[in-house]
Amino acid sequence: MSDKRCTEDDVVAELRDGMTIGIGGWGSRRKPMSIVRAILRSDLRDLTVVAYGGPDIGMLCATGQAHRIVYGFVSLDSIPLEPHFRVARQQGTVEAMELDEGMLQLGLRAAAWRVSFLPCRAGLGSAILDVNPDLRTVTSPYGGEQLVAMPALRLDVALLHANRADSRGDAQYLGPDWYFDDLFAMAADRTFVSCERVVEPGRLVDEGPLESIRVSRIFTDGVVEAPLGAHFTHCVPDYDRDEVLQREYAASAKAPDAWTAFRAKYVDVPETDYRKLAEHSLAGAS
Amino acid sequence: MSTTLAEVCVVACAEAWRGDGEILASPIGVIPTLGARLAALTFEPDLVTTDGDASQLGAPIPVGAPADVEKVVEAWLPFGKMFDIVWSGRRHVMMGATQVDRFGNQNIACIGPWEKPKAQLLGVRGAPGNTVNDPTSYWVPQHSPRVFVEAVDCVSGVGYDRAAAAGPAATEHHEIRCVISNLGVFDFETPDHSMRVRSLHPGVTIDAAREATGFDLVVPDDVPETRAPTDDDQRILQEVLDPHRLRDAEVGG
Repeated sequence: MSDKRCTEDDVVAELRDGMTIGIGGWGSRRKPMSIVRAILRSDLRDLTVVAYGGPDIGMLCATGQAHRIVYGFVSLDSIPLEPHFRVARQQGTVEAMELDEGMLQLGLRAAAWRVSFLPCRAGLGSAILDVNPDLRTVTSPYGGEQLVAMPALRLDVALLHANRADSRGDAQYLGPDWYFDDLFAMAADRTFVSCERVVEPGRLVDEGPLESIRVSRIFTDGVVEAPLGAHFTHCVPDYDRDEVLQREYAASAKAPDAWTAFRAKYVDVPETDYRKLAEHSLAGAS
Repeated sequence: MSTTLAEVCVVACAEAWRGDGEILASPIGVIPTLGARLAALTFEPDLVTTDGDASQLGAPIPVGAPADVEKVVEAWLPFGKMFDIVWSGRRHVMMGATQVDRFGNQNIACIGPWEKPKAQLLGVRGAPGNTVNDPTSYWVPQHSPRVFVEAVDCVSGVGYDRAAAAGPAATEHHEIRCVISNLGVFDFETPDHSMRVRSLHPGVTIDAAREATGFDLVVPDDVPETRAPTDDDQRILQEVLDPHRLRDAEVGG
């Protein structure tokens, strides 16, 4: 029986310069931040990052490791505008493919289904077709209507954070929304899932209802046990967003020095140290 | 009972959903949220509201309510389902707008050239898909020539001229229902779908609306005053939906 347990560093060792990496979660919600931090500490570069973006995209813009970003939005939710993403866009330091939120979903679905595109109405008439000159329309063979041909967004790797996973790589979502984590996994050649707690195979049913097990091991390649692994984004019901640390992160976009200081304190540290900081910060909030 | 501007705006937002029946109301912002919930509690009882997260509610909850507020949950609406609803045409969203032009093109994405914006904002979010699939309205708390512009910098929500140019698939389900601001209610019910004044809030003159708009507004001969909140509207707002008066923070009292 396969045992896919590994560490954040094992995941990073599987990544290569220039890869296209999809990141699950949504905005500042259930992002695989411990794996993202491991990437930030690595020499990886020229990455294309595909996400419903939050601090994952923000931080990879801040380090310059994201060469290209593909997104429907980038937001911290309670702080609507992601400050590091804004800096990167306004200084022109990152290539961007901006999409309607639904188009991003469709691009992942096309990749998952191994077709080159899927048609949709979304995007017609909007700036999306102007700012992405590679996007094409398609004429329906059943009546001639012109629709957007959303190209498949094939991923080399998907990174997800779940509430629970078993050691074989089935992943479980105990909050109200699993967002598009299952699509990211299906759209990727390889998928790594971090989670709050790893359980024995067959025991996820003790943790929550059957329908909360949203990603099958068919689609996953590695499982990282990472308690507080989504921190400072939220991972309900395990923990809420850490608004205090998120504000500190947002403030770090105001000057290069501020990011250097944030990075030294929260990124360039062993995960065990980060976890202590996170526990302390969350305890202060309650 | 005395009426505040915020309450007039809430009622104007509520009116945007009149006649919509049993569809999903998706308001962004405090005043639109109060509007949708007020509509559901008064003249549109089958309108579907949510908790702003993944739950469809049986009865509207107050704005700013804590996550653990007591609520009647009817159904589950995670984001994946949300796109299904949007694309199936059973929704009417009221979004914000950093810029709007005379044909209802809306921008929330960025200011300046998209390639290297002067100010990066939200990105287009769901606006392109919303506008070609379902009725869409906009809420502008500060009506000014900086918002109501001749041409928006990045077309996020699609207006009438751009939809027409994109063809029948874009126009088939396209409708910009109205734009509500702190000055009045505006719609596109003109021969060329150029924005016209539908009503002005109490005390607002045509000249004030014209001056605050960066393009020529269509002004009918007879411009009515926006409907005033009824005593029942005010009671529901004060006792049920917004006891802490969050409505006043979004638009001056």
